[in-house]
Amino acid sequence: MDPEIAEITVLPGKDKNGGTEHFERIVIRPGETLSIVGPTGSGKSALINDIELFASNDTVTGRTVLVNGTVPPEEIVRDPAKKPVALITQGTKCLADLAVREFLEMHVRSRKIVRKGIVEETIALANEFTGEKIAADARVASLSGGQTRSLMVADAVTIGNTPIIILDEIENAGIFRDRVIEVLKAYKKALVFVTHDPLVALMCDRRIVMCNGTVVRVIERCGEEDRALEAIRKMDGLLCALRERIRAGESITEAVFAV
Amino acid sequence: MKLVVIAGPPSAGKTAVVRQIVRTFQDSETIAYLKIDVVRAFEDEELRKEFGIPARKIYSGDLCPDHAGIMVMQDAIAWAGCEGAGILVVESAGLCLRCSPYVTRALGIVVISAISGTHAPLKMGPMLSLADVAVVTRIDLVSQAEKEVFREQIREVAPAIDIIETNAVQGTGMRYLMRRIAGMEEIADPETIELRGVPPLGVCTVCVGKKEIGWQHHFGVVRQLEGADWIFRGE
Repeated sequence: MDPEIAEITVLPGKDKNGGTEHFERIVIRPGETLSIVGPTGSGKSALINDIELFASNDTVTGRTVLVNGTVPPEEIVRDPAKKPVALITQGTKCLADLAVREFLEMHVRSRKIVRKGIVEETIALANEFTGEKIAADARVASLSGGQTRSLMVADAVTIGNTPIIILDEIENAGIFRDRVIEVLKAYKKALVFVTHDPLVALMCDRRIVMCNGTVVRVIERCGEEDRALEAIRKMDGLLCALRERIRAGESITEAVFAV
Repeated sequence: MKLVVIAGPPSAGKTAVVRQIVRTFQDSETIAYLKIDVVRAFEDEELRKEFGIPARKIYSGDLCPDHAGIMVMQDAIAWAGCEGAGILVVESAGLCLRCSPYVTRALGIVVISAISGTHAPLKMGPMLSLADVAVVTRIDLVSQAEKEVFREQIREVAPAIDIIETNAVQGTGMRYLMRRIAGMEEIADPETIELRGVPPLGVCTVCVGKKEIGWQHHFGVVRQLEGADWIFRGE
């Protein structure tokens, strides 16, 4: 991937009634996290599709997406190996009948990467995102949803070396969202979440609120929501611990919430 | 009139691609649609109902559907002309991957599903290699690694082909296909249209309904299991 990509700029398009969207520009830089929230049908998927396709006033929304301030060359928009964006949705699957190691080796060969140890590094990274350990010799097609998503995020970071990763509603996939955010910040990746999850939404640097096909508000993270985030983190920790106990077959007989 | 020929395996998403073409151009042109299939097809009725465009189908029955398509192509152009069409879209049945219904002066589009496996492009012959554009559908469902490998495999079979990855239902990425169609030249003289490639040699007597097994019972193009030094046995 092109290491030169410093920022992506989204320029406004039209809402469903033909009015211009109420933002000047949205700039996404490496290391930043962005969440996109809004009710079903509000245009969240259309927005990430615009980013993924580098819309050039040629999608239904009329938005334009620039790379480093200019219209990107067609080659980087059309060739998935050159595209600076990886989109991972709930529907994205690894279909090949291959072991995890072989699957990653296939991607490494395709990218002509010679660095040794990248496959092991990718599996280790994926295992930071999921509680269910991924073995190198497991078949990719039989991984759980959480394992698959974790593997694809890790693959986009290491082998794909993609500067921008878009995750579409991964909250149900059983991956450690807070770990993903922390690790990808460290790797200087820009991370865009389409989400209904309060933890993810509040952890992100910016929150884009969608309604009726258009961006209605961009909320910058400031200290004011920190208390809420802290409380949500605690609740999330509690739910995770309960999940593990239920998986382990325990009865939960004590009061779990101090109501 | 512009001629667009769409081929691809069953369930690859050919008709979803046709729908996107109709949606894009219906305000500026009349689009006529012909579906060629073997025993049953419903696409013409669906498209006529959905968009009100002139649409029809032909069943090839015992004849290879791509051969049937070649036979009726001139008639189809005349019919579309009478309907006042600016674009004629012909959609093949898409069965054996060996024949290809592409003709000169037309845009040949092969539609392949990204979920058909990374080796699928390598198994396809002229249906892929003689096309101008490969539309890869269901791209939203496969991993990045498989996306990239799928593209490489297409390139191996058809180095110069224009590859368009899409989720054809939503129409993502289709702008490149529409640009291609918008820039096409019109057919000046239908008499000058020819098949792009030579189909698999002729037909044999299995094709016309003889049921006996073994080459001894057949003529046309026949093949023995061992020592096939000669593979043509004429009448």
